[in-house]
Amino acid sequence: MSGPNTDYDPVEVTPLKAEEVEAARDAAIGAISAAADLEQLKQVRIEHAGDRSPLALANREIGALPPQARKEAGQRIGQARGAVNQALAARLAVLEVEHEDRMLVEETVDVTRPVDRTPRGSRHPLTLQSELIADLFVAMGWEIAEGPVVEAEWLNFDALNLGPDHPARTMQDTFWVEPAEHHVVLRTQTSPVQARTMLTRTPPIYVVCPGRVFRTDEYDATHSPMFHQVEGLVVDRGISMAHLKGTLDHFAGQLFGEGIDTRFRPSYFPFTEPSAEVDVRCFVCRGVDADQCRTCRGEGWIEWGGCGVVNPRVLVACGVDPEEFSGFAFGMGIDRSFMFRHQLGDLRPLFEGDVRFSAAFGTEI
Amino acid sequence: MKAPLSWIREYVEVPAEVTTDELTRRLTLTGLKLEAIERPGDQITGPLVVGRVLTQEPEPQKNGKTINWCTVDVGDANGTGEPQGIVCGAHNFGPGDLVVVVLPGGVLPGGFAISERKTYGHLSAGMICSAAELGLSGDHDGIIVLAPGAAAPGADARPLLGLDEEIIEFEVNPDRAYALSLRGIAREVLVSVDGATSFRDPAVREVPQANAEGHPVRVEDATGCPVFVARTVRGFDATAASPAFMVRRLTAAGMRSISLAVDVTNYVMLETGRPIHAYDGDRLAGPLVVRRARTGERLTTLDDVDRELDAGDLVVTDGSGVIGLGGVMGGASTEISETTTNVVVEAAHWDPVSMFRTGRRHRLTSEAGKRNERGVDPTICEAAADRVVELLIEHGGGVADPGVTVVGTPPPMPTIRLATDLAARVAGLPIDAASVVETLRAVGCEVTEVPDGDAAGLDVVPPPWRADITDPQDLTEEVVRLVGYDRVPSVLPTPPSGRGLTRAQRLRRRIGRTMAGAGYVEVVTFPFVGVDSLDALGIPADDPRRDVLVLSNPLSAEAPAMTTTLLPALLRTASRNVGHGQASCAIFEAATVTLPRGGDGAPILPVDRRPTDAELDSLMKALPAQPLHLGIVAVGEAEHSGWWGQGRAVDWTDAVAAVDGVAEALGLRLDRRAVTRAPWHPGRCAELVLGDVVVGHAGELHPKVCAELGLPSRAVAAEVDLDVLIDHAVDLRVAPSFSTQPVAKEDVALVVAASVPASDVEHALREGAGDLLESIRLFDVYTGEQVGDGRVSLAFALRFRAPDRTLTEDEIAAARDAAVAAAGERTGAVRRS
Repeated sequence: MSGPNTDYDPVEVTPLKAEEVEAARDAAIGAISAAADLEQLKQVRIEHAGDRSPLALANREIGALPPQARKEAGQRIGQARGAVNQALAARLAVLEVEHEDRMLVEETVDVTRPVDRTPRGSRHPLTLQSELIADLFVAMGWEIAEGPVVEAEWLNFDALNLGPDHPARTMQDTFWVEPAEHHVVLRTQTSPVQARTMLTRTPPIYVVCPGRVFRTDEYDATHSPMFHQVEGLVVDRGISMAHLKGTLDHFAGQLFGEGIDTRFRPSYFPFTEPSAEVDVRCFVCRGVDADQCRTCRGEGWIEWGGCGVVNPRVLVACGVDPEEFSGFAFGMGIDRSFMFRHQLGDLRPLFEGDVRFSAAFGTEI
Repeated sequence: MKAPLSWIREYVEVPAEVTTDELTRRLTLTGLKLEAIERPGDQITGPLVVGRVLTQEPEPQKNGKTINWCTVDVGDANGTGEPQGIVCGAHNFGPGDLVVVVLPGGVLPGGFAISERKTYGHLSAGMICSAAELGLSGDHDGIIVLAPGAAAPGADARPLLGLDEEIIEFEVNPDRAYALSLRGIAREVLVSVDGATSFRDPAVREVPQANAEGHPVRVEDATGCPVFVARTVRGFDATAASPAFMVRRLTAAGMRSISLAVDVTNYVMLETGRPIHAYDGDRLAGPLVVRRARTGERLTTLDDVDRELDAGDLVVTDGSGVIGLGGVMGGASTEISETTTNVVVEAAHWDPVSMFRTGRRHRLTSEAGKRNERGVDPTICEAAADRVVELLIEHGGGVADPGVTVVGTPPPMPTIRLATDLAARVAGLPIDAASVVETLRAVGCEVTEVPDGDAAGLDVVPPPWRADITDPQDLTEEVVRLVGYDRVPSVLPTPPSGRGLTRAQRLRRRIGRTMAGAGYVEVVTFPFVGVDSLDALGIPADDPRRDVLVLSNPLSAEAPAMTTTLLPALLRTASRNVGHGQASCAIFEAATVTLPRGGDGAPILPVDRRPTDAELDSLMKALPAQPLHLGIVAVGEAEHSGWWGQGRAVDWTDAVAAVDGVAEALGLRLDRRAVTRAPWHPGRCAELVLGDVVVGHAGELHPKVCAELGLPSRAVAAEVDLDVLIDHAVDLRVAPSFSTQPVAKEDVALVVAASVPASDVEHALREGAGDLLESIRLFDVYTGEQVGDGRVSLAFALRFRAPDRTLTEDEIAAARDAAVAAAGERTGAVRRS
């Protein structure tokens, strides 16, 4: 750097000569427009607009000029630097856009590659089916009742008009808890929840009870020692079989599809009288050309469950006045309903725990 | 119950236009459900005729067999009237016998087409048939030989063999014992099928007067045996063959033909529903006595089983002791044999409850017992015995002894007061009084109208074959089923406003969704467990989980009890998944376990009233605790490997994180302590604690358990008590408020003894830091030379923030230093420089 040299003629300071300044400016602008990318432009900025660039060095020489010459030189340098900076900014903007575009192209991925990095969970279809059924009834204003699976013999049988010598006790092969004198069983049906409900609530009662039940059936394609039932119970004033029919028609329609209704056939259950087997219209063939239907095997109907008007003896044992109240009850297999709703021919996959089975149903059915 | 249609039609006329399908459809709709229709002749087409064997020439063959070259007269059935030449391999016949011949062009079951063919050097034109070849069950090998004079040669053989028959199988409900007879089925046809008429009751017949000349009988237990009828046939030929129609019908009904005397009693049982027993009269020692068995008495029953009798069993005795289990099964000592000439016929009515108990006690099921325990018409003993006498004499000769013993009288049927409108109210369908009366009479009830007063209605006496009808509701069912269930309208009831799911029900769903959201698949397992499964998990002998509730009649001796833990079944399920090629799987189950409480068991409470609260309480207390558990098992990778690189193997943190996720979903935070507990790795098991309560465990499984169960190593598991978590779940969460002031971050690395739990250090830091601390997080753990042996460096990120101002450097430093000081004081932590 030169010190102040007031003795010199200003025009003698070479870097400040107009042609020198213009040459430096033009060189800078040329380099800027020649910069191919941001990296080069950065280099150009250092060389032509940095602290050691010709224009910056020239600027420092202004102080060496006599005062009267400084203004002009200052203006010249200032204009030149302004032009360079403008060119830099413009080029930078262009290069940045180019860079961004190129980056986006370079970052392209193959979106068809697999993405299954985290395992997906699911719920068991029988849980989902139970919840679906519960929701259908809750939507009607009913509630969901529950009870234990290890149950008192009295609640599973006696309270339901199935006395110790009732032939129908042999209809249900019961798991007994040892010793038998303790009168404890694995519930063979969800019906003891009926009894529990009547014993603990006052009518009107509108409940369904889904749950696990147990029978001493050997495990095969259509039998399991554990399966799931849903029991329904209504106790109210003026309840008749017509209400039972209306409820089951609605239930069938909701579960299997609009227009699917039910058919009653006389049957026998100790806890109901009159009793009926309930068939649901085959939702696959709807009774049309049933002969070809593999779901109902030509019947047009599928056996769905049992139902009836609550036997007054049951009401009495459970503390409900049969003169004032009447009721109906029904019971369906959840597993069975699931099997024909989802066309499953063998029930064992429901209990084998193969994750592929549950996974197929996700979190809602 | 199986019955040939032709037999049903013997007692009731059905219009010709009513097809079998329509008949059975109607019966199904009124409660006698069609199980199946068998048409045994269905698979046989073409000429199947009666033939008379004219000649039979045995011809030994090189292969050691002897065949018969026969000529058979088949009448005009072959179109020529000439004898038919047929090769037959059977030998149980001879010239003159009537046999069944299928001629060329015929097809036998299995699509077996018959044609003329050369065999054994002859042209064999047809086949002489065995029962098996016709799809009939037969006890005998060899071909069918028809009774002499059964039909003329050339006649269609189908009717003789029952091959033109339709056999209907019904499912009979336990309350419909009467339908276990042709009498009952025909009556159902009469009331169910439009146009059915002319019912003929096979149990209505003229019977001889009772007198004192019959075989002496004494009934010491008139409750157990209200009626006992004895008749005697003398000079009977026990070797006489049962008539073909009888054998055919018994076979069709699923019973075997045994001997004429037995077949007759079975036939009459099917006809009338009344089980009958026949004794060899010469083997009876004096009077028959009916009483309860005495302790220590034994009997060898007809099935050759020696049985110890119970004081509740009703027995028939004579001078020799017990000779039969009354109503259930006779004894071997007085059984009819080929040398029997005098037959004593017993037709008795037995108490159904005794029958049921005896059958169950001795594990004896018989056709007689099945009917007697469900209730048989007590008024038809004389008629049924008389019918047996008639058939015995008709087919086995001999004469009816004039003696007729009748002890006791049928118990009366109850009179039931029925409100006339009950059926209409129960059905929700208008049914007028006249229809009610008409229907009940059609069923066989005696109906008297009670015209006025408060109890106006109908006095109804059910027919004696309907022991099941005891209540007004039973009569109602009869009316409604015959009016038609299909006429009951469909009306939705209107419940009061419901309250939706209960809190516990909602939370259980939330838990399931949380687990599924965390990548776990729900499974359902059986709750049965055995010692082997608990052993495989290494559960110690004194562990409470060994205290299981045992079943008396488990399906499998390996799993005879109700499980106390979900893990055995879940681990087995995981192992099965691995076996099926799912190298990674994460499963869960939410189910109850059974924890016995001891005690004396549950009472049998009365049913004629509501039990008292105290009675109910004693019942509930007798049941085991059945808490809801959540079980979790994961094996393989928690995050899959792939083109993106290596996945992440599951480790103990996954098990803990899964439970933490559930707790968080319930608004809870669980603390952890290191414990040793099977089936977990002794150094990698966390006890999960809520407040003071241990709610479960989570961690990596013991390597031995993995090896034992065939699981990949490093499998993890958790089990928690959901009932406790649900009980404590936060119901209503308070909305959070956040400070928007600047956050100050301070990292501190503390060196402590390796035995100090990180959570202790964290707690100390948290408490020492005071209110300005917003969060704390362990972000790095270092062991190695720089911190020295047996020591560990824990690096925590602390975030400080005030709700109302920017914190000053001094405030932050003071809070940080206080935190470090507290950690130093409580855990010996030293700040790492």
